[in-house]
Amino acid sequence: MDLKELLTIAAKEEEEAKEICINCCTAAGCNAANAVELKKNLDKAVKAAGLDHKIEVQSVGCMGLCGRGPLVEIDPDNILYEQVKPDQAASIVDAVNGGETTAIQFDMEHPFFAYQFPIVTENSGRIDPERIESYIAVGGYQQLYKVLYEMTRFELINEITVSGLRGRGGAGYPTGLKWGLSAKMPGNQKYVVCNADEGDPGAFMDRSVLESDPHRLIEAMAIAGYAVGANHGYIYVRAEYPLAIKRLNKAIQQAKKYGLLGSQIFQSNFDFKVDIRIGAGAFVCGEETALIASIEGKRGAPHPRPPYPSEVGIWGCPTVINNVETYANIPVILREGGEWFANIGTEKSTGTKVFALTGKVKNSGLIEVPMGMTIREIVEEMGGGATVGSTIKAVQTGGPSGGCIPASKLDTPVDYESLQELGTIMGSGGMIVVDSETNMVDFAKFFMEFCRDESCGKCIPCRAGTVQMYEILQKIAEKRATQADLHILETLAPMVKETSLCGLGQSAPNPVLSTLRFFREEYLELIESSHNGKVPVSAERIDKS
Amino acid sequence: MAVKSIKINGRMVSARAGESILEAAEDAGIHIPRLCHVEGVSDVAACRMCLVKVEGNNKFVPACMTPVEEEMIVETETPKLQEYRRMIVELLFAEGNHVCAVCVVNGNCQLQDLAIEVGMDHSRFEYRFPVRGVDLSHRLFGRDDNRCILCTRCVRVCDEIEGAHVWDVAGRGSKSRIVSGLKEPWGKVDACTECGKCVESCPTGALFFKGSAVGEMERDRDKLKFLITARQKKEWTR
Amino acid sequence: MTKIKLATVWLAGCSGCHMSFLDLDEWLFDLAEKVDVVYSPIADVKEYPEGVDVCLVEGAISNEENLEFIHQVRERTKFLISFGDCAVTANVPAMRNMLGKADHVLRRAYLELGEVTPQFPHEPGIVPELIDRVTPVHEVVPVDLYLPGCPPPAERIRAAIEPLLRGEKPVMEGREMIKFG
Ligand SMILES: Cc1cc2nc3c(=O)[nH]c(=O)nc-3n(C[C@H](O)[C@H](O)[C@H](O)COP(=O)(O)O)c2cc1C
Ligand code: SF4
Ligand code: SF4
Ligand code: SF4
Repeated sequence: MDLKELLTIAAKEEEEAKEICINCCTAAGCNAANAVELKKNLDKAVKAAGLDHKIEVQSVGCMGLCGRGPLVEIDPDNILYEQVKPDQAASIVDAVNGGETTAIQFDMEHPFFAYQFPIVTENSGRIDPERIESYIAVGGYQQLYKVLYEMTRFELINEITVSGLRGRGGAGYPTGLKWGLSAKMPGNQKYVVCNADEGDPGAFMDRSVLESDPHRLIEAMAIAGYAVGANHGYIYVRAEYPLAIKRLNKAIQQAKKYGLLGSQIFQSNFDFKVDIRIGAGAFVCGEETALIASIEGKRGAPHPRPPYPSEVGIWGCPTVINNVETYANIPVILREGGEWFANIGTEKSTGTKVFALTGKVKNSGLIEVPMGMTIREIVEEMGGGATVGSTIKAVQTGGPSGGCIPASKLDTPVDYESLQELGTIMGSGGMIVVDSETNMVDFAKFFMEFCRDESCGKCIPCRAGTVQMYEILQKIAEKRATQADLHILETLAPMVKETSLCGLGQSAPNPVLSTLRFFREEYLELIESSHNGKVPVSAERIDKS
Repeated sequence: MAVKSIKINGRMVSARAGESILEAAEDAGIHIPRLCHVEGVSDVAACRMCLVKVEGNNKFVPACMTPVEEEMIVETETPKLQEYRRMIVELLFAEGNHVCAVCVVNGNCQLQDLAIEVGMDHSRFEYRFPVRGVDLSHRLFGRDDNRCILCTRCVRVCDEIEGAHVWDVAGRGSKSRIVSGLKEPWGKVDACTECGKCVESCPTGALFFKGSAVGEMERDRDKLKFLITARQKKEWTR
Repeated sequence: MTKIKLATVWLAGCSGCHMSFLDLDEWLFDLAEKVDVVYSPIADVKEYPEGVDVCLVEGAISNEENLEFIHQVRERTKFLISFGDCAVTANVPAMRNMLGKADHVLRRAYLELGEVTPQFPHEPGIVPELIDRVTPVHEVVPVDLYLPGCPPPAERIRAAIEPLLRGEKPVMEGREMIKFG
């Protein structure tokens, strides 16, 4: 493969493209709502109408409005139909041909779409994720060619540094710095890892990228490999994502066939191969040191950092480990330039962020917005506010490691620093809208239960502390608790945070600390109504008498 | 040999390069509480007892796995650290079933000692009373899971010193357990050489010699040290 | 000088802590000069009095009677001491917790292991019902001082009580004072 061949494939795709394209989402969300049958019916309807020469029915990845799937989009008219039933296929084809349809149309000018800024998801819902040609047609693999022939490793890393890109897996560490560290490490054997473990409950940003645009990830990993001097990459993906695994496998096969993976890529002297490693769905295996242990075939338990993986990673070799979304930004940064990227978002949080907007909100789904947009714009305008008959009480970000933002602080911009100031984190992109029906103690308890069950058990504060914190929350929720229990909770939470070995334990108390900070009265109400009003005598009172 | 000067609790201490804070403190006669550390085998920093404060670092670091660095300023006994250590020990007592009064190592137990050291006179955390078993299938030794604190000393000693790798950790979170072989009764695990090193290494009464009644069992803690010195320094006498 | 009102109570324990207390031998005479023993299993007093200054509580909370009584004791006592491991950790009496709830325990003890006439003990008003989970005293009512040990050695008891007689809080530190077992 050389550049000319690549461009030929792209041109051929373009040429063969039909006048109209009916994009039918077959990613996991729509799939669950019977999108596969819909796609079949669309195919049949086009054939029946004798329009095969003019209309292409394409199976595509996520279009974002997952709460209203299955979704069908008509290209180039830019019409979106929501909640399409398989028997509406024929009427949609009719409509394309100038007729009427019974399918519900969703307004593309609605803020849900209008406010988006697709970088990571630019191809999602537009290309066929199972055909490499479809990716090549939109410029795919050209950036890999560019770095191999036009950039030195350090120019490349510099470009990423200039972009200000920070890790999207949770901690927000600058990607350029991470790559620079690994690149400078001596040794011939290095690794590149893509963290596709996505274990936060309710999060599906990474799955969407994997299912909608897998080649983008492969291209980005190869670029990272070139940057740090690694020729072996691993994608660590959870077993719960069978469609993503299938599409990744297919993508790797196709890329190999075209010589875009393997030895002497684009006839350069750069070799790169990618293997998939399937995780068994332990949340802690998303933590980088545990993930590395798991790739090595060991028990997925974290170990202390430093040393960081960029210095000592898989089998002791320097290893760059990045999140799916982090990688997905790379080709665009190289195409448009680091400066361009740095101008999007805020000064310290550049670019965009993909959020999985869920909970008690009208329009749930996947959105990609520039950093710095306010939570209010996201949940009230894009999300359409709380579901009918309730009001928004809080918005939770960062999943089990994060915290909540009370309704009074909805004007907070989404950037790493602002969220941290409020005691929550950007996290991987889960955004849950909580309404007035939900009790915040129950809410904190839900996440604590998750952390308790997902703790690896290696270190004591997390293993035993999450159990104790959960029990106290349970006691409070069941109105069996006293002030003394609350006091124990409030001494235990910071202890677990400060003494746990890895990020899981260090952040497990966050939902409790955050709800205590903003919704303390809900805890107190439950405690005061405990024991049917009969509160046991306290030691302090007796001391004074 | 490169020497690093560090300050521990306000005292100047010189340490060998590559040495851990724990070793440097120990050499200087400064005791840092620890539980999962055993001299001569790899460290895991799991018990969090040896966490110390290092100036300029906003997180506590485990003394056992943190190498000394020139001009490091270490505090090992801040009020917060003392309070956290006590909470860790309380969590351990509340998590298992420790009935010292009827335990083979009563009076000769490192967990019990630690409770005294951190000043624990009761546990503020509710006892969990988990259902755990006892394995008496081995000819010479027994294992009472009720007293196991998951320090993994036995796992590492068996793997790294004896080379038999009889022990491992199975399960997750509070359900994690030490298992022998492929979760078989200890007596059925052929790999066990009956050397007894795991029993010597166990800080609590979880692993014991059969035939010892309450408070009777004493360990030969120096045996492991002797073996390690013998290997590393070729000194073969005790 | 008014004497300090001292009480000792015996819940779910083996009475070993009380035995250890009696091991204080002649010091008990010194003690008797400073305190009035207003309630104790070794004194024939039926009702736990009001206005007790110090109470040593031996034993865990294991049945309905213990539960009711400890609340009364707490309400009528200024300074409550968890006396011995059963009171502090629930110790041996709590080993039944691992068998499950009260009915499992009773079934095991009286039916499965009952050799002659297997039957449940049931005598309302005379035999108190077991509660499902045996707990240390401080999980039920607030405790002012913990005096661990199984039993606490006589010297430890003395070292804890002596300062109290002077109106000071004893220092519970070190192997001599807080070793369990
Ligand atoms: C308990 C835990 C779970 C994590 N799970 C994930 C995950 O599912 N996906 C992910 O990308 N990062 C996860 N991380 C963060 C990773 O450790 C690591 O920081 C990240 O993969 C680095 O990539 P980035 O710099 O691109 O964000 C997790 C961290 C912790 C502590
Ligand atoms: S903090 Fe939790 S998950 Fe992390 S090492 Fe400790 S026990 Fe395991
Ligand atoms: S192992 Fe130690 S702490 Fe546990 S019961 Fe035995 S003596 Fe007590
Ligand atoms: S058996 Fe003993 S040495 Fe092994 S993990 Fe348990 S407490 Fe530690």
